[in-house]
Amino acid sequence: MAKVPKPAELIPGSLRQTPAKGWMDVKPDLRPGTYVNAANPKWLEWIDYPFPRAWNVKDEDWQLPENWKELILQGMEDRLSRFRSLKVFFDICVRCGACADKCHFFLGTGDPKNMPVLRAELLRSVYRRYFKKAGKFLGELAGARDLTEDVIKEWFMYLHQCTICRRCSLFCPYGIDMAEMTLLGREMLASIGVNIDWAMASVAQCYDKGSHIGATPQAFKDMVDFLAEENERITGITTTPSYNRKGAEILFVMPSGDYFADPGTFTMMGYLLLFEYLGLDYTLSTYAAEGGNFGWFVSHEMGKRLNAKIYHEAKRLKVKWILGGECGHMWRVCNQYMPTWWGPVDFLEEPVSPITGTRFENAKVHKMVHISEFTADLIKNGKLKLDPQRNAHIKLTFHDSCNTARGLGIFEEPRYIINNVLPEGNFVEMPPNTIREKTFCCGSSSGLNASENMDVRMQGGFPRANAVRWVQEKYGVNHLGCICALDRATLPTLLQYWVPEMEVTGITELVGNALVFENEIERTTDLRDRDLVGVESEGVEAAEEAEEAE
Amino acid sequence: MMKLTSLLTQKKSQILNRWLKLLYDSYPPETAIFLKKEKDKFDNPVGYGLSRGLDGLYNALVQEMETEQVLAALDEIIRIRALQDCTPSKALAFIFLLKNVVREELAEDLEEENLAAELADLDSRIDGLSLLGFDVYTRRREKICEIRINEVKNRVSGLMRKSGLSMDDLAQ
Repeated sequence: MAKVPKPAELIPGSLRQTPAKGWMDVKPDLRPGTYVNAANPKWLEWIDYPFPRAWNVKDEDWQLPENWKELILQGMEDRLSRFRSLKVFFDICVRCGACADKCHFFLGTGDPKNMPVLRAELLRSVYRRYFKKAGKFLGELAGARDLTEDVIKEWFMYLHQCTICRRCSLFCPYGIDMAEMTLLGREMLASIGVNIDWAMASVAQCYDKGSHIGATPQAFKDMVDFLAEENERITGITTTPSYNRKGAEILFVMPSGDYFADPGTFTMMGYLLLFEYLGLDYTLSTYAAEGGNFGWFVSHEMGKRLNAKIYHEAKRLKVKWILGGECGHMWRVCNQYMPTWWGPVDFLEEPVSPITGTRFENAKVHKMVHISEFTADLIKNGKLKLDPQRNAHIKLTFHDSCNTARGLGIFEEPRYIINNVLPEGNFVEMPPNTIREKTFCCGSSSGLNASENMDVRMQGGFPRANAVRWVQEKYGVNHLGCICALDRATLPTLLQYWVPEMEVTGITELVGNALVFENEIERTTDLRDRDLVGVESEGVEAAEEAEEAE
Repeated sequence: MMKLTSLLTQKKSQILNRWLKLLYDSYPPETAIFLKKEKDKFDNPVGYGLSRGLDGLYNALVQEMETEQVLAALDEIIRIRALQDCTPSKALAFIFLLKNVVREELAEDLEEENLAAELADLDSRIDGLSLLGFDVYTRRREKICEIRINEVKNRVSGLMRKSGLSMDDLAQ
């Protein structure tokens, strides 16, 4: 008789790991839906990265270079000497487990190797084997293991099931930063030609043409001009961005997601309206037309290479300071890496708002202000005439983006703006253990927003979506706000799976809706062409009245 | 199914707990411990979703419910399992386990009372529930394909708008 399983036989330990096995004995299960495809060799050639070749994650043989092991161990030794943090993080973990259940990928996948303590152990076990006496002699007993091709496959899988969100780090009593280990681990993988396509395609396009999506300077200008026309059609206000204008006071840098993909485009329209309202002396650079930096998701070196254009353009255009759009990782790179890479920045001035006179002391070093800080200051000083009723159709909750919130403490500014551009009662918070510094990641950041890994993205984003669903069911929330372009690109997808009927919006889009210009036409729709509350019914009433009169 | 229904209602929590434990045990041991232990629904969304879903399914079997409600209860669990487990057999095996759980939890009662006919009816309803489960599973996998396509389209949505085209034009 053929062997047909009973249901009970399909159940125990069916998910990846059988109970009898220790974690070192469980080989990575790279099934479709859980990984991002291997990088196309042409991208590596474009950026002069090592070992370009066509390979497939599903292949048994990843065609690693002959000396791959030597390269990894040399790379680890080099990084241990350059990054004191890495050595400390490897040595001080006592495996208390405080981080274990804090990772959104662990919570969503249920895979123990996504517990940050164990994800770090994937790297740490190799460190012990080759760099610590106990590991060299005692091997597995001391938590050490040989570096094999399976270990590389495991690194590839789990270092790309970490979005560098640092939620685990918040709960670690030692402050061990998994993000730092993930980044350095990815660097080591890149050194032997093991890269993911989605990140590398974006990096190569950005390096070659100036933006992740491969938009040329001409395409960038075309698109922004189009959004300015859209503004004019909806509001009657002509917004006139300038490009590469030397001597402007401010250089405005935004992520490319804001001028190519909805709903980011509506946020871009909001920026243009706000700057027009203020009569701001700003310019856009067609060369620094990408604030985002997928290079940082690949290596520190590549992050630096892609970032170079921002200060370069600020210097060339002789601006005084830089204003940054709504982006998460862009903000972390610009705030925490850029001045270290290129400083001291003596060709720019400490940012001062030309409208309110506020001196942004927090930006003294890097000379760049976040649009939320800038806008919140404008509202605080009464410089904007706002009509919150124009956002009455929006019942909002706010997703703190990992990099701006946990990374940089931008909690209050977006909330202050929201409370001023929405009618009272239209803003609802998600539960406290899912927002602010404890915010749950979108699950698709750090170069993981490809489509082939959709299963794992949906699992990683589940904790976030779960909290969004709660405010939808309890309070009728219909919009999720955020100040991150990757969020605007990936949260709509996440919510289509978990929380249908929920829209995603940038915060400056809401500002654009609410801004009252003196010479505007009658506003009947928001920036997305949706009827404003009251407008449609007024129209119907007017028609009815006209009918009655007849 | 009067007698059995009353027994199932009476012993709901024991049966449900046992069923839930079997479902949790499909996860690696470290994960199963966490799923059982953490009670906050936001800190443990999978545990919460699975327990909420099983409760709904149990009610669907014991009480009369509209098919839409039954599908919704199935979806609570299957939308999680359809991502975590690729094959429908593994993702849905937990439904069939209820047959054994009921027999084990009600062993004494089943010996004393003549419930064979009612039990056969319950088994059949569990089978029906499983069949509906396959519908839900398929819908969820289709949803994954749909959102992948939507996202690819959305990456150029701004350009499409600029060209005066709609997403439907792209589909054609």
